Amino acid sequence: MDIIGKRYLYFGVSLLIIIPGLIALALWGLPLAIDFTGGSLLEIHFEKSAPAPEEVIALYKGFGIGDTAVQTTTNNTIIVRSKSMDEATMNKLVEAMEKKFGSKAEVVQFSNVGPSVGKEVAQRAAGAVALSAIAILLYITYAFRGVPHAVRYGTAAIIAMLHDVAVTVGIEAIFGHFLHWEADAMFLTALLTIIGFSVHDSIVVFDRIRENSRRYRRLPYETLVNHSIVQTLDRSINTQLTVMLTLFTLALFGGVTTRHFVIILLIGIFSGTYSSIFNASPILIVWENREWRCWLKGKLTCKGKEAAAA
Amino acid sequence: MRNPKRYLLPVLLLIALAIYIDLPATTRVVIPNPFGNKPLFEHTVQARLGLDLQGGVQALLQADMPCEEVSNDAMQTARAIVEKRVNGLGVSEAMVQLADNCRIVVELPGERDPEHALETIRKTGVLEFVDLGTTYLPPGTEVQTDFRNKSNTTPTPAATPTAEATPQAESKAQPTPKASPTPAKIWHTVMTGAELKTVQVVPNQTGNGYEIAFELTDKGAKIFADYTSKNVGKILGIVLDGKVISAPRVQSPITDGHGVITGNFTLESANDLAIQMRYGSLPIPLKVVQSRTIGPTLGEDSLRKSMHAGIIAIIVILSFMALYYRLPGIVADLALIAYALLSFAIFKWVPVTFTLPGIAGFVLSIGMAVDANILIFERMKEELRDGHPLIHAIDLGWSRAWPSIRDANISTLITTAILFWFGNAYGASLVKGFALTLALGVLVSLFTAVTITRIFLHSVLDAVDFSAHTKWFGI
Repeated sequence: MDIIGKRYLYFGVSLLIIIPGLIALALWGLPLAIDFTGGSLLEIHFEKSAPAPEEVIALYKGFGIGDTAVQTTTNNTIIVRSKSMDEATMNKLVEAMEKKFGSKAEVVQFSNVGPSVGKEVAQRAAGAVALSAIAILLYITYAFRGVPHAVRYGTAAIIAMLHDVAVTVGIEAIFGHFLHWEADAMFLTALLTIIGFSVHDSIVVFDRIRENSRRYRRLPYETLVNHSIVQTLDRSINTQLTVMLTLFTLALFGGVTTRHFVIILLIGIFSGTYSSIFNASPILIVWENREWRCWLKGKLTCKGKEAAAA
Repeated sequence: MRNPKRYLLPVLLLIALAIYIDLPATTRVVIPNPFGNKPLFEHTVQARLGLDLQGGVQALLQADMPCEEVSNDAMQTARAIVEKRVNGLGVSEAMVQLADNCRIVVELPGERDPEHALETIRKTGVLEFVDLGTTYLPPGTEVQTDFRNKSNTTPTPAATPTAEATPQAESKAQPTPKASPTPAKIWHTVMTGAELKTVQVVPNQTGNGYEIAFELTDKGAKIFADYTSKNVGKILGIVLDGKVISAPRVQSPITDGHGVITGNFTLESANDLAIQMRYGSLPIPLKVVQSRTIGPTLGEDSLRKSMHAGIIAIIVILSFMALYYRLPGIVADLALIAYALLSFAIFKWVPVTFTLPGIAGFVLSIGMAVDANILIFERMKEELRDGHPLIHAIDLGWSRAWPSIRDANISTLITTAILFWFGNAYGASLVKGFALTLALGVLVSLFTAVTITRIFLHSVLDAVDFSAHTKWFGI
């Protein structure tokens, strides 16, 4: 099986997924949850039918609370997002709603995040992602210190990881626009887990390259890398299968609360396996052949003389 | 491991212990002392459910003053006081923890009335003894003090009460509390409730009312003695959370650190005030910056559904492994069950609070536990195909798969450590729960997938000769 030879085809597939996501991100942005922006979220269940959004917004206005957005979910339940408010105000609001809409109401969940905390969380979150990337790059460079160009492996793993982050964030932006999903602290957790898994997968392939390069010193680098990918393919697919099966069951039976989290994990982990097979190792070849010199000449790969020169 | 079989018995004993701890009836592990009454070892174990699984309230409290000025000691004291108040609410498994340098996370699982709970915690605000000079302020008046307004750096010196002294009669004539808080005036705080040692409700001398007797710490007694001897005849405001609760006149110098607050107290109102003084003497003011309330139905629903999902996921993985890898797969399944038993025991022992993301993290770590086995078995099959004899192929599979298992898991542990740090910094117990279960899962899975599977497999192979039946190994 020749994976390395078709590397530009696989890079293309990646771009096909990433570019629409990035366009969505540029157009609509990533809808951030109150975890990062500050504000209140009140999910409330009405015994009788849920009120119309406009009425709820008007009621909030009466309490002097602005930036209200109402989302109607199934089963007579609404989710109201607004400016930050405390529990006392929330209780009064719920009482007012019960009176006005003539239906008993039950608070399913209520969250309130002060604006300064939200900002701080967002900053720390960015820091956490950057820190993980650096820590992993350092570790891989250390783990592969015996192999020539150890830093290439670390960089390739980080590029594959960024690929997965781009895929996940892009898809989240698309879902955010069409399904009203919001990136919350759990989304960040999913993202960091995906980073961990992505690197996990890349390492398994790289480890095989490391081992094979000691065994078969004569083999051309391309053949060696391709051979290593094929050798680890069974494992990659099987592991992928078990993790995907687990996540699928969680998505199907795990309830609404974690569905967003699980679906994001599912997408990211699939992307992680894809990128470790079809991106991370091929990047090593691109680097080895320094193919970017040929891109300038309008070609993807350097064949014949140019390859020999490289 | 030269002879993996030697470890079979200890491993089985360990699993038996885990099963014992896992039993729902087990709430404590005790090693009795044969020579005395006091047990040699005692540890309570319990499965803790997080807020998202049983409903409840979580709040993040922050010092209401610049963070740099808050000392660690003061935060520790504040935490202890909040904890006392929270325990007073009668919530079992309540948790009060320091997060960051000036924040406290409070979790009240099962609490159904968030407003009341937060109000109770918040009301136990700062008690201050304020130098009011000659100004009488009626109870309920809101005042600004230099202690609460740390940013304002113009404190009134204690010894020289401000000259603009309004005659008491005049000030009494215009007491409209709440409606007109004394504007702009910042009073000096002589000391805070932190210096209170004991607070008691006692009947007053006339016998038909109550008063509050208090005793001060040595430091407090000194401050108080100093202040009262210089300010006889002046008014000392007792201020709780910025509101005057009592404004007695200093009758005579109090040098022994004992004082009495008189007022129109009934037994109930005296008790309330005493409790606020006792538990409410927070060394620093706190404000709620973040809170989360989960209703009981959502929690129950989530718990039931995620349990179902978890069980289905485990069954799916077990069948996949058995069908695809045959004999080693079944052995790996046994190790996987051991993994689940051990992790659950550890979660109960530590205890790790179960949250929804925590369960997701646990299920994910099962996936990773299986991954280690898949790596080993794929490797083992390769070595078998290369013509190595069975036992040799098994050992080769293990030793050759190990570096990638090690590196991959270390990188996952790096991520979980960063996640934990991130969650810890702002009291996001959900993120923390996920990181902790995933990290514990990775560590336990390294042990079960790598060590236990190998011990089991060698034990099975020793009992039966499978070399003629490589089919059983999925070849």
